[in-house]
Amino acid sequence: MARLTIEDLKKIKEENLAEFNSPELKHLLICGGTGCHATGSIAVKDALVQELKDRGLDDKMKVVETGCNGFCAMGPILVVHPDGTFYQKLTTEAVKKVVEEDLIGGKTVEKFLYKDPSTKKKIAHQDDIPFFSYQMPRTLRNKGLIDPESIDDYIARDGYQGAYKALIQMTPEQIIQEMKASGMRGRGGAGFPTGLKWDFASKSPGSVKYVLCNADEGDPGAFMDRSILEADPHAVLEGMIIAAKAINANQGYIYARTEYPLAIKRLEIAIQKAKERGLLGENIFDSGMNFEIDIYQGAGAFVCGEETALMRSIEGKRGMPRPRPPFPAHAGLWEKPTILNNVETLANVPQIMVNGGAWYASVGTESSKGTKVFAISGDVNNIGLVEVPMGTPLRDLIFATGGGIPGKKKFKAVQLGGPSGGCVPEEHLDTLVDYEEIAKVGAIMGSGGVIVMDESTCMVDMARFFMDFIQEESCGKCTPCREGTKRLLETLEKICDGHGEPRDLEILEELSATIKEASLCGLGQTAPNPVLSTLRYFKDEYIAHIYDKECPAKTCAALLRFEVDMDKCTGCGACFRACPADAVIWKKKEKAVIDKEKCVQCLTCFEKCKFDALL
Amino acid sequence: MDSEAGREEAALLNRLRTRLADFEKDRANLLSILRMIQETFSYIPEEAIYMAADHLDLAPSEVYGVATFYNQFKFNPPGKYPIKVCLGTACHVKGGDIILENFERKLDIREGETTPDRDFSLERVACVGCCALAPVALVGEAVHGHMAPSKVEGLFTRIQVEKEMAEREKRRHESAR
Repeated sequence: MARLTIEDLKKIKEENLAEFNSPELKHLLICGGTGCHATGSIAVKDALVQELKDRGLDDKMKVVETGCNGFCAMGPILVVHPDGTFYQKLTTEAVKKVVEEDLIGGKTVEKFLYKDPSTKKKIAHQDDIPFFSYQMPRTLRNKGLIDPESIDDYIARDGYQGAYKALIQMTPEQIIQEMKASGMRGRGGAGFPTGLKWDFASKSPGSVKYVLCNADEGDPGAFMDRSILEADPHAVLEGMIIAAKAINANQGYIYARTEYPLAIKRLEIAIQKAKERGLLGENIFDSGMNFEIDIYQGAGAFVCGEETALMRSIEGKRGMPRPRPPFPAHAGLWEKPTILNNVETLANVPQIMVNGGAWYASVGTESSKGTKVFAISGDVNNIGLVEVPMGTPLRDLIFATGGGIPGKKKFKAVQLGGPSGGCVPEEHLDTLVDYEEIAKVGAIMGSGGVIVMDESTCMVDMARFFMDFIQEESCGKCTPCREGTKRLLETLEKICDGHGEPRDLEILEELSATIKEASLCGLGQTAPNPVLSTLRYFKDEYIAHIYDKECPAKTCAALLRFEVDMDKCTGCGACFRACPADAVIWKKKEKAVIDKEKCVQCLTCFEKCKFDALL
Repeated sequence: MDSEAGREEAALLNRLRTRLADFEKDRANLLSILRMIQETFSYIPEEAIYMAADHLDLAPSEVYGVATFYNQFKFNPPGKYPIKVCLGTACHVKGGDIILENFERKLDIREGETTPDRDFSLERVACVGCCALAPVALVGEAVHGHMAPSKVEGLFTRIQVEKEMAEREKRRHESAR
């Protein structure tokens, strides 16, 4: 196909939208994100296609595999467009029922509708489900609505109009000005103003410059970038094209986690299609600008999310950070001026070009503008991907969008920013989503991982878990991080194993301060955060572990007795049935006893007991 | 190493030189080359490191240094059924380490090792992004969600049954012939 013009874009948009909104053709949007694939959405989709074919309905209904819908816990998900009916946890058997009763009969199938955990009522429309109704989709505006492998679907949703405007109508200075006006700050975690970063690189002398996209999402519990790439890969490509114009670059690289095969596949398809339409390659939109994008796969090193380490990795070296300055805007990849932006940041750029920086800045707080995507997981009802305006209280994020804590358990804390972040306890839940406000309570905005923990989580064990991750991923270049995190881990393990001494608390604080001060890169400088924030809010748990040799949350096996509290045991037998080692002795209506010879301390019985009767 | 696997590996090594020629002699290709080697052998054999170093004009120690830096590269052959247990945050909260411990006990190997018959290998992975299904274990490419100690037992029973069925099928084919 020949090079696209703005008229072509408009024509594709009109035709595609006319089909999408046509009353004659229903669109059946099946979520094809990694989460839904794992729960069997491909089989459901195939069954649906077959069912429609068998009934001769395939000219009246179109099945579309979309990217991540966001409500991952409910997969496989089907949304009927234009009705807006939301079906969840579908099976291949369920498909027949949905086709027969809803698509032909026009009556929603109650059984597969969402049930509100608090009101116990079924909700038919996606927009009425609290998980969706509190959100403000900007970055994720196309999620669940387009086929990520179709460039026309993207163009229909105003795709590549931002690039057209930037390449044809705007100067690099105007692009940068618009980015500055938007107040957009890097969504990867550090929150550096994007416009400023571009400004530095654009003023940097040199004819060869690079635009990099950081898709090395490594924080455990975070899957924002993966979902964006899976649902809307063209938005990221378009963002990179605009960035290239702003700094005058001709080559871009996307550094993607190799653990994300589906995201990489969709990116490859997107790049291919953009090339076919002349949106990548030479003389894009007849503007005279040339720009190519290549994907570079990482190889599983958390530190490669750090900008200088990422660049070393692309060069084929060990991905180790180096001291800054010089900053990458002056000497980055192969010592050339380089900008590195996160997936989420880049996905926002096209809309800023189309609607203007002022539009973007119209929501948010004084210092944090726009919206932020969060991946909510852990002990929370609505696990999934959400996008809320900056300035939303954390409480709303967890209890309104997230639907609160499952079971009858109580909220304990929320970990923000993954292993580099910190925990926020109940008393600070009214903190707003804002870079500075979150930093004040000892956590960081981070890339957007939100891990909710209920009362059964041991905070010392949590700190130990994060430190285990960090010391494993420390690249080993600088001593404070390499040795310090290892020693922190050892001390925490000692405490969890019941050998903690009073002076360990001092050691933890002193070591943390040194690591924070003296480490080379962001990984080390933020590594002690989980320890510091749990010490700040949950010191009593440390004290219980060290002085009383007790784990209040009953998580640390070494501090548990593996005995039954005869006063609390009701003789229900749940532990007996659950025990994998046959170590529970129990007869009907009698209290349980644990045979310590056989017990493997797996804690399964602790999980199953509803009466808190295990010690 | 048994002879069949050994012969197969020797043949692959012979072919590796031609495959290396497809890569430009540019250091930036090192990771791609290592990935290609791992895809070919399912791990990185020592001889392949020398070949890659030779191709890129680098010291073998340099290549080995890069390969060991990245978690993705393995220096032990994987099992026929590679088992990965996710220990990301969500899985940790939901007891992923208990699942790993169950696998270790059942297979009598530690995490990172392969059983002597090369049937199973066991490793921990950071986060496979299926936090909603925590705790998660992977056997090959298949994701098994909401794992529990009883499900670990179930997995092995299923693999055993599948294996026996395959063997029976094979025998039937052979006797038919």
